[in-house]
Amino acid sequence: MTETTQITLAELMIVAASETWRDNGEVLASGITTIPRLGASLAKLTHSPELLMTDSEAFLVSEPVPLGPRGDYKPKYEGYMSFDRVFECVWGGKRHVMIGPTQVDRWGQTNLSVIGDYAKPKSAMLGVRGLPGNSINHINSLFVPNHGPRVFVAGEVDMVSGVGYNPERWGEGMKQDYLDLRLIVTDLCVLDFGGPQHAIRVKSLHPGVSFEQVQTATGFPLLKAENLGETPLPTAEQLAIIQRLDPHNFRGAVLKNNPPALKAA
Amino acid sequence: MALNKELTAAAAVAQLRSGMTVGIGGWGPRRKPMALVREMLRSGLKDLTVVSYGGPDVGMLCAAGKVKKLIFPFVTLDAIPLEPYYRKARESGAIEVMELDEGMFEWGLRAAGMRMSFLPTRVGLATDVLAKNPQIKTIVSPYEDGEVYVAMPALKLDAALLHVNESDRLGNTLVRGADTFFDHLFARAAERCYVSTEVLHDKLALDADTAKLNSFERYLVSGVVYAPCGAHPTYFGPNYGWDMDHFKRYNASATEDNGWQKYLDEFVNGGEAEYLSKVGGAERVAKLKLPVF
Repeated sequence: MTETTQITLAELMIVAASETWRDNGEVLASGITTIPRLGASLAKLTHSPELLMTDSEAFLVSEPVPLGPRGDYKPKYEGYMSFDRVFECVWGGKRHVMIGPTQVDRWGQTNLSVIGDYAKPKSAMLGVRGLPGNSINHINSLFVPNHGPRVFVAGEVDMVSGVGYNPERWGEGMKQDYLDLRLIVTDLCVLDFGGPQHAIRVKSLHPGVSFEQVQTATGFPLLKAENLGETPLPTAEQLAIIQRLDPHNFRGAVLKNNPPALKAA
Repeated sequence: MALNKELTAAAAVAQLRSGMTVGIGGWGPRRKPMALVREMLRSGLKDLTVVSYGGPDVGMLCAAGKVKKLIFPFVTLDAIPLEPYYRKARESGAIEVMELDEGMFEWGLRAAGMRMSFLPTRVGLATDVLAKNPQIKTIVSPYEDGEVYVAMPALKLDAALLHVNESDRLGNTLVRGADTFFDHLFARAAERCYVSTEVLHDKLALDADTAKLNSFERYLVSGVVYAPCGAHPTYFGPNYGWDMDHFKRYNASATEDNGWQKYLDEFVNGGEAEYLSKVGGAERVAKLKLPVF
């Protein structure tokens, strides 16, 4: 099967990411950075045309905008979605974002702020950005291109930016109803929050990856989903759409050495 | 009534005082009033509390040692995700921080503009934003739901700095970007708001469609500074894109010996006319391509 060995892991992850937006209804699909954005775009062009998307700046578009220089392509505007409007959308709960945090813990809490001591951090990243608001208001999924114990940490993340299912964080009277964590797409597997008390489970393993390998790369114990399977390879139709959405192959630069989806036999 | 609010950047910055809380409009490397920021770099101001959706404005003011406290949801140059001088200041513990969610930050500006002490929101609950900012309190809904909310305190500004596409001498402004972010809220939250402008008119005379590009009233504007290319090196649509070459150079300076001083000497200390000429002049800035996202 020479053809399937040419499918890249990035492309497999795009297809896996697109599944998180299935059956969400009419919500704003925001995929932050290359693979999540291509996943959202693929979802809209295949199984979920009802999704709303932006040009990643300020306008709603009826058709996902290709990545990078576009030549003669003209975005197909259907509305407006400035940051001001995005916040209104977030607070109303009509959004599903996939972001790539620096750390994730067993409760799905995320960190994009600092690593280490808060007063004098070992590493300062971006800041909490919109994570507190996103996570407490609407559906969230996560993207981890480097699945390892430094991302999936043993205890809590160093600075809880996005909320999760840690009961100790939720005091009386705090409304937890809108917290809805769906999928984590990594370079090893797809995880969900389907265990008892939303414990993280391995939902599917990418081809050639074992559960033990994923567990070793994770700082907390994982469960196996009852129907644990293999993450599906992209179809020819999906690959053609991905190629059209990403003509400059930005997806090839996300993962180190752009590995194939299937290890060479 | 002062019918002519025009003043120089130096005169505007001379009205600021050390220790003030200064809000800076724009978002990351977009629509930043950089000519005014550079004038602050040339000034003796210090111990500022800077309130910003942070980009190079925050990095440069940190590098120059002017920031006592930073109120922010993020600092980034987008294409260069990690702002080098913000990181240095943050990692060395040189600045105090009040780190907020992007929407809480907006809520704080809105509260200040409405002369409220706080506005309620669910955002921030169950995160370390509250744990790291014990001054931010929660409040229980007085209605039967009894829900607990964050009481996001007003972010009152002594001054706000904004860059706009057009202004007249009275302080009527036009803002034309695809997204103009929260500049109007900075204007409302501030005791005094200074706008720098690409184009300065004696008096705007507008048709109705163009008048819609006016997003805050002239009574909010204390001073108008004529500053063509005044947002460079940030993205200022539709006039010009960000200057990636300049950002790369700025970013590289952070890892060079004495890099910040060299950056100041090369670009900032000679004044704004020299700055513009060093970065290639207005013709080059006008040709900087708008970013494709």
